[in-house]
Amino acid sequence: MLSIKNLHASIEGKEILKGINLEVKPGEVHAIMGPNGSGKSTLASVLAGREEYEVTAGEVDYLGQDLLDLAPEERAREGVFLAFQYPVEIPGVSTTNFLKTALNQVREHKGLEPLDAVSFLTMMKEKMKLVEIDQALLSRSLNEGFSGGEKKRNEIFQMAMLEPKLSILDETDSGLDIDALRIVANGVNKLKTKDNATIVVTHYQRLLDYIVPDYVHVLYKGKIVKSGSKELALELEEKGYDWIKEEADTTTA
Amino acid sequence: MSKDNQILEEFTSKEYEHGWNIDIEADQAPKGLNEDIVRFISAKKEEPEWLLEWRLKAFRAWTKMKEPKWANVKFPDINYQDIIYYSAPKQKVKPKSLNEVDPELLETFKKLGISLEEQKRLTGVAVDAVLDSVSVATTFKDKLAEMGIIFCSFSEAVREHPELVKKYIGSVVPTSDNYFAALNSAVFSDGSFCYIPKGVRCPMELSTYFRINAANTGQFERTLIVAEEGSYVSYLEGCTAPQRDENQLHAAVVEIYAKKDAEVKYSTVQNWYPGDKEGKGGIYNFVTKRGICAGDNSKISWTQVETGSSITWKYPSCILKGDNSIGEFYSVAVTNNRQQADTGTKMIHIGKNTKSRIVSKGVSAGYSQNSYRGQVKVMKRADGARNFSQCDSLLMGDKCGAHTFPYIDIENKSAQIEHEATTSKIGEDQIFYCTQRGIDEEKAVALIVNGYCKEVLNQLPMEFAVEAQKLLALTLEGSVG
Ligand SMILES: Nc1ncnc2c1ncn2[C@@H]1O[C@H](COP(=O)(O)OP(=O)(O)O)[C@@H](O)[C@H]1O
Ligand SMILES: [Mg+2]
Repeated sequence: MLSIKNLHASIEGKEILKGINLEVKPGEVHAIMGPNGSGKSTLASVLAGREEYEVTAGEVDYLGQDLLDLAPEERAREGVFLAFQYPVEIPGVSTTNFLKTALNQVREHKGLEPLDAVSFLTMMKEKMKLVEIDQALLSRSLNEGFSGGEKKRNEIFQMAMLEPKLSILDETDSGLDIDALRIVANGVNKLKTKDNATIVVTHYQRLLDYIVPDYVHVLYKGKIVKSGSKELALELEEKGYDWIKEEADTTTA
Repeated sequence: MSKDNQILEEFTSKEYEHGWNIDIEADQAPKGLNEDIVRFISAKKEEPEWLLEWRLKAFRAWTKMKEPKWANVKFPDINYQDIIYYSAPKQKVKPKSLNEVDPELLETFKKLGISLEEQKRLTGVAVDAVLDSVSVATTFKDKLAEMGIIFCSFSEAVREHPELVKKYIGSVVPTSDNYFAALNSAVFSDGSFCYIPKGVRCPMELSTYFRINAANTGQFERTLIVAEEGSYVSYLEGCTAPQRDENQLHAAVVEIYAKKDAEVKYSTVQNWYPGDKEGKGGIYNFVTKRGICAGDNSKISWTQVETGSSITWKYPSCILKGDNSIGEFYSVAVTNNRQQADTGTKMIHIGKNTKSRIVSKGVSAGYSQNSYRGQVKVMKRADGARNFSQCDSLLMGDKCGAHTFPYIDIENKSAQIEHEATTSKIGEDQIFYCTQRGIDEEKAVALIVNGYCKEVLNQLPMEFAVEAQKLLALTLEGSVG
């Protein structure tokens, strides 16, 4: 479904991604771990099409299309979803209104009629249960004054509403207490099908107790320096990142 | 009066005795402005003598005045002698119902999304449509008349209710108030009149649509709203103008008179032709709007959504004379390309415990200039006066400008004044957040801007709010990317 080959990207002339290779198949869950500043969010942003980042080399194939050739909204409509590490506030725009606009644009792209108010509300009610989110929150200005946990829950709620094929969760676990973490993970698991794929970005293995990955990759200095099964995450938890850093630094040196 | 003037006056008034040098049958006045033209307009409208005198007084005041230069707008000098001050619509007979209205005209309204029929059927809004200075259709009048509400064209009010017009015209905006108000007073062509009797709550939104039709015609509307004791009315004014090349002068006057316990809500969506991308063409909109809360506990609330015009010069104001009276001003002003807007309000606190609230949201894009200019004045005897002002500016791109000119003038120590101002830019991250969800950039901008303006848009009646949102999006089209 997603095939990343030798992806290089930079911002303000500074190279952040230095040759990423990654294959993701439908139904799979990939975890991307790595110390702060290693380029995890950059990778997520580049996949989502953030324009500040310049792709200097490499290819990304998504469902047979050149992903890098699509505008961010086209990627979204084709099923790429990014749960933001730092969800953005939009004053005066409710989550409901925001999602209605988004959903109808996605539907239009698929050649579907816009959802009428009743169907939309029915759908909302159903998805709200999934992440145990409150109706009142959805009527408030998007992310404005939300707690960290509310923001993350809202991201997963949006994901549930938009039913993406490829979801990238960027540190969705950070700032969550254990109950919220369970709820969010639970939501993600329920949304999993054999046709969609999830990339979970995190630097703690905690989340991976709940969202069990098929593969774990370690990103360091803009490269995937190690890949393995979910046991790799446990090893990282136990030993930290230092041994990986050493390994990587000696091989590149 | 100097001797010269005396002679001049004798001479000119003598000339009139010999009849008109303007063909009274003409559908259009010749270009230019002089006493003849004023008399022509008044005669055309078969006005009583007192109104002609009132106009002439205004005209004489105007000739002694100078165009104000203090606003933060730039435009080439207006040649006031190159303007046609009166033109009648092509229609011959005045229609009694919509059926009698020129179908082509109705079609135009439909295209603008303001079909009278639909409005009538779906929203219960009574519409007094003004086309090129003369009313062409009035609806729901009978229903309103049963309650004693008068809602008609200004000319009709002059004919049918001269005592009311005579009593209140110029009582809030005197003829010599300012250059453009004086001009309007001299040459106003038509407009709307609204009278709500004591204790009556007007059951529907009263609505007027204006648009400019013939080329090179100044539009000088005049609106007068009188709310008797304990009455309530919500009044909507909206306008859309088709594209044209020549600059057009628009100098309207709106007066609101609210008595004890009365409340008037006045909402505007202004969408005059803003000119092309280079700023060519477009309407010069110099408007004087003022309301007086004459009685205790009265309230006047202005809400405006300004998206059009190449130049906007407009300060809907409240004179808070009655004790405990309240004035409100909610404004969204959007400018794009080469548009210039200098708009705001004046809140004049005279009575005790008077309150005012100002919420202004400016959005500038392209090469436009957007200024908020507001004055809060608290007079000596206005004990316990309070004002809250919030002025926000949103910038799109780095070629446009946003400016805030608040003037605060306090003569009473007990006054409580709060002023907040913010300037922000639409963030790349906000737009990316939207596009990542599948929303295209233009819709994203519309969404963000509508959210930013929400507090003001919420003040509008439902159907108007929807129209306003569409307008905001339309105005900002092409301002990103
Ligand atoms: N807008 C930016 N301008 C300059 N450097 C940036 C910018 N965004 C990220 N970086 C740099 O890129 C590197 C990777 O950041 P990021 O992808 O956020 O890492 P991670 O998500 O793994 O913590 C860091 O060194 C960071 O400082
Ligand atoms: Mg990150």
